Amino acid sequence: MSAVQTTSSPQDDTRRRSPMAEVFFSLMRSRTFLVGLAIVLFWVACALFGEHFAPYDPLADDIINALAPPSSEHWFGTDQIGRDVFSRVIVGSRDILTVAPLATLLATIAGTALGLLTGYFRGIVDDVVSRILEAFMAIPVVIVALLAIVALGTSKATVIVVIGLSFAPIIARTVRSAVLAERELDYIAAAQLRHESAFHTMFVEILPNVIPPILVETTVRLGYAIFAVATLSFMGFGIQPPSPDWGLSISSNYGMIGGGFWWTVLFDALAIASLVIGVNLVADGVHGALND
Amino acid sequence: MSLSLVTLFLLSIMVFLGGQVLPGNVGRAILGPFADQRAVDALNHTLGVDRPLLTQYATWIWNFIRGDMGTSYIFRSPVAPFVIDALGNSMKLAAVAFVLVVPIGILGGVVAALNLNRPLDRIISLGGLSVTVLPEFVTGIILILIFGVWLRWLPISAAWPKNAGFFTQLHYLILPSLPLFLVLFGYIARMARSGMIEALDSDYTRTAVLKGLPWRTVIWRHVLRNALLPTITVIATQTGYLIGGLVVIETLFRYQGIGSLIFTAARGKDFPMLESGILTIGIVYAVATLIADFLYSVLNPRIRLGSDQ
Repeated sequence: MSAVQTTSSPQDDTRRRSPMAEVFFSLMRSRTFLVGLAIVLFWVACALFGEHFAPYDPLADDIINALAPPSSEHWFGTDQIGRDVFSRVIVGSRDILTVAPLATLLATIAGTALGLLTGYFRGIVDDVVSRILEAFMAIPVVIVALLAIVALGTSKATVIVVIGLSFAPIIARTVRSAVLAERELDYIAAAQLRHESAFHTMFVEILPNVIPPILVETTVRLGYAIFAVATLSFMGFGIQPPSPDWGLSISSNYGMIGGGFWWTVLFDALAIASLVIGVNLVADGVHGALND
Repeated sequence: MSLSLVTLFLLSIMVFLGGQVLPGNVGRAILGPFADQRAVDALNHTLGVDRPLLTQYATWIWNFIRGDMGTSYIFRSPVAPFVIDALGNSMKLAAVAFVLVVPIGILGGVVAALNLNRPLDRIISLGGLSVTVLPEFVTGIILILIFGVWLRWLPISAAWPKNAGFFTQLHYLILPSLPLFLVLFGYIARMARSGMIEALDSDYTRTAVLKGLPWRTVIWRHVLRNALLPTITVIATQTGYLIGGLVVIETLFRYQGIGSLIFTAARGKDFPMLESGILTIGIVYAVATLIADFLYSVLNPRIRLGSDQ
């Protein structure tokens, strides 16, 4: 932060800053982004260091105190085998914050490669591949996941691959349209005249120039990936017990909701909601900063 | 139109691969690890899974088209009646969600656009966007707690008593349809809002206002008719989403629809049931897309008149 020149006027600042710094300062001014970032960082901290500040062991049962309502001892009450809900909600962010970002990373890498290839080569390959990708996009992730899990068995890896591959076409579409615009510019003609290889042109010349839309799409996809991971673990796929994962906790406790044990599901539901909204606020901020 | 057929074809390939090829030895899976190899071979031969893949695929599709969806591994009876029943139930749930969300979503978008950048617009746009990004089971759980457990206005399960009449069924369907409503509301309202803003800003609207037409007539005759066309396309593309959402909602509310049918079949490795369920959903999606294309061309004079030339 010491790099910020507090003595110079704002106009001077703008002139001196690199485009990256410009985006950074625009993000720091965006209230949506900062609120979203605070929420996401809170959950990341819980995922990394949760067990150090959770009051109880999230996996330790205590049958005598099962289904105790919220009290000063157990802030969020206890679940059906007496585990402390507050501790479980704190530590429960770990699995979803591992699986969802990895799935998004896979989607971004695969989607960027596909988008560069189809946008750069165009022609018949592009037509066929784009059609297939578009058709694939219409299939809901849950359906793809059900099929993959039946065929390959359930594991975190399956969920990462399923979500990664389901989201890749969407990123590919964004990258492709950015590449199509970029392709018409003179530096590409120059690269081609220098007889640069297609690989070099795509990944060294074009890729750095299409990073902003990829970044926006990736943050948006991360929100959807959290949506999908939470949904799949609620359905019993991917993250397995005894993980204190939020979706999983809801699925094992909502059967008793009619008995009025609202604390066993409400806090997990609110945790998922806050994380999803946080990521979407970040995505919104990034979108705004890069499109200024 | 052609695109949704490609989707359907892709889906059938995926279902075929996922359900019949990747799981490996079907006979062994049914008979268990201790069965005699000859018995396994005999069962594989009877089931037809020892034939070439292309033949298996063609037979499967052909039987499906004729209405023969195979025999459920779990219920040991034909799959078709289960799928048809479940599809009917899901259609009811989807219909309730759509009947609620289409008018209210459009109204929300129109009201937001007419109050552009005022507090009401902010509430509708931000609120719609926030509920759209939440998973259905999360909004579902919160709605169950509010309306089912605390206020006790609505039943928390969608399984209505036998021989329930139309209104009783409707009463049971409102709570399950609300999470779907919330997700769809954001999309529809956003499309309607941006369509309205564009139409309000156009030259024909200014002309209509300047020639002295009452504001009400301008909105109804000029703005709305142009603003809502793109919304129709969005509603149609959301059927694909809706199907994914049904799987989750029907599981949460223990509703005997096509989503929970697929889910139960997947958990029980009931492949004929799973394959038929998913393929049926694919067909519904293709038909919905077709209807939307048709509606769009009927409602849009530019396309309707253009095709006559």
